[in-house]
Amino acid sequence: MLLLETKNLAKHFGGLKAVDDIDMRVERERIVSIIGPNGAGKTTFFNCITGIYRPTKGTVIFHDRDITAMQPHSITALGIARTFQNIRLFDGMTCLENVMVAAHCRTSAGVFGAIFRPAKVRKEERDMGYRAIDILKFVGLEDKQSAPAANLSYGDQRRLEIARALGTEPHLLLLDEPAAGMNPQETLALMALIRKIRDNGVAILLIEHDMKVVMGISDRVLVLDHGVKIAEGMPRDIQNNQGVIEAYLGKDHIHA
Amino acid sequence: MNTLLKSANAYVKIILFSLSIGLLVLPFTGTGNAVRLSAAAFASLFLWRLSKSEAFLSIARSFSRFLTIVRENISSLSRAAQSPFVYAGFIVFLIFLPAFLNDYYQDIMTLTGIYIVLALGLNIVVGQAGLLNLGYVAFYAIGAYTYAILSTTLGLAFWPGLLAGAAVAALFAFIIGLPTLRLRGDYFAIVTLGLGEITRIILNNWDGLTGGPNGISRVGRPVLAGYSLHSTLDFYYVILVIVIITVFAMKRLMTSRIGRAWIAIREDEVAAEAMGIDTFRLKLLAFVVGSALAGLTGVFFAAKMAFVSPESFTFSESVLILCMVVLGGMGSIPGIILGALLLITLPEIFRDFQDYRMLAFGIALVAMMVFRPQGLLGTVKK
Repeated sequence: MLLLETKNLAKHFGGLKAVDDIDMRVERERIVSIIGPNGAGKTTFFNCITGIYRPTKGTVIFHDRDITAMQPHSITALGIARTFQNIRLFDGMTCLENVMVAAHCRTSAGVFGAIFRPAKVRKEERDMGYRAIDILKFVGLEDKQSAPAANLSYGDQRRLEIARALGTEPHLLLLDEPAAGMNPQETLALMALIRKIRDNGVAILLIEHDMKVVMGISDRVLVLDHGVKIAEGMPRDIQNNQGVIEAYLGKDHIHA
Repeated sequence: MNTLLKSANAYVKIILFSLSIGLLVLPFTGTGNAVRLSAAAFASLFLWRLSKSEAFLSIARSFSRFLTIVRENISSLSRAAQSPFVYAGFIVFLIFLPAFLNDYYQDIMTLTGIYIVLALGLNIVVGQAGLLNLGYVAFYAIGAYTYAILSTTLGLAFWPGLLAGAAVAALFAFIIGLPTLRLRGDYFAIVTLGLGEITRIILNNWDGLTGGPNGISRVGRPVLAGYSLHSTLDFYYVILVIVIITVFAMKRLMTSRIGRAWIAIREDEVAAEAMGIDTFRLKLLAFVVGSALAGLTGVFFAAKMAFVSPESFTFSESVLILCMVVLGGMGSIPGIILGALLLITLPEIFRDFQDYRMLAFGIALVAMMVFRPQGLLGTVKK
């Protein structure tokens, strides 16, 4: 079942075509990876989907709804969440608070609710707290719930980013280089986590450089180079694709 | 030994430089002024050089560390003691405090109460949502004048007047906020600065409505069960109640869903937006709530003075309130109360040095920014 579709999506910065004419589909409960050399336009593509950039051309359709010109917070409310390439946690808050604040668009207490705290609001706060703890348990961070986010190790911070994105109750999760800087053990744990997320009904769109991860968990792989899609298919096919190899390693490299 | 020589060398240069400046201007300004100029040059250069010396820096650093320790102990104390008894005790102390103070100091305490509420309101705008508002005093004025006008023309009572002042200030904040909150931080600051001045000028010139420079007098006093509040003590207790309610509401607001969203916006606006937080709406909310609080305080001020004029609502007032928030530490309620307390009571204690008040403010603000940007008891580094 089609979840997300981009048609002719393009983002130009003046003369620079960061992303040009990308067609892409993500189905429910699928893991789609986007790979490509640095500067290929992968994060720009993410930013176009999530509303941080306004696409120059093309459309983004989510759940049969055109979300191309929508604000980021509205897109998140519709069910698309993301993590950032350079971790952007709320350092001043604890892990629990980071995940709780992500539920903002799923809750409704206002100023009067905050000050007078009627029973409905108290229940909402409690439920938000329990839900956040459940999410932290899901990613394996429940014993660090009271720790300030800034104090976490790098690997834990990456997991917290994912937990926070899950806090928005998404149907589609965009992960921007989640395995960056991780050692092999952490990478394996991450792969298991991503599979677990998919098994819980969340589709995943993944930007990654680590080929073990990409080939290990993807249902489909897209390859971007200089803003253009140069290949798409099953992981195995991509590995042997001539164009892809040239894009990463250059034209004159010697085949293994 | 070498560093000692270097610093001695520097101080000698400073003395010689100051003397030469004085000598240079001597023929033009006369001895008195030349001496003053030399002294001023010497003082500023000396302080500047001193601030770079290791001894001074280590003292400043240890003081900063000391404050951090105080801060941490206060948080652990308040968490451990689970506030209600401590708060109750403190409130009882405040209830009986006026018995030990004469009229003059009671008035100062009342003034402090006013500024505490103002600073807490500004804290929402600046400390929570991260919007630098340099024209905050405009909403204080709007609240005061709303009550003054309605009281003298329609006979509006004080207690509904509080709501009216807050509502009108909130309305103005909403109207002003809609177009301006999309501006980047620096531009927003300048716009608010301008709007603060525009408000004062309008109040000064719209004679028909506001009485112009003469202001509005014979503003209605609060009436409680038939008794018209008029003494300093009466107003002390009214503001005490207002402060207690405000602090209570602030604490609740800051630990709520809205408060968390505000902190998220302050920490990383892009990430907050990506997590589903409508940053524009929440910034507008912070702006409106903060301004409503200023409006409410304005009503109290008008009733206490029974008179309002544009003179009470100048830019320096906005700066003063901002200083309290920054000095005490943004986002920290006890810090802000301490900031308000210090900035109201210290000038009173040092009344003899009144002329140098602004200078002292400036120096203190710069020193705070350099050595302790998070404020005396704050936790936010901004």
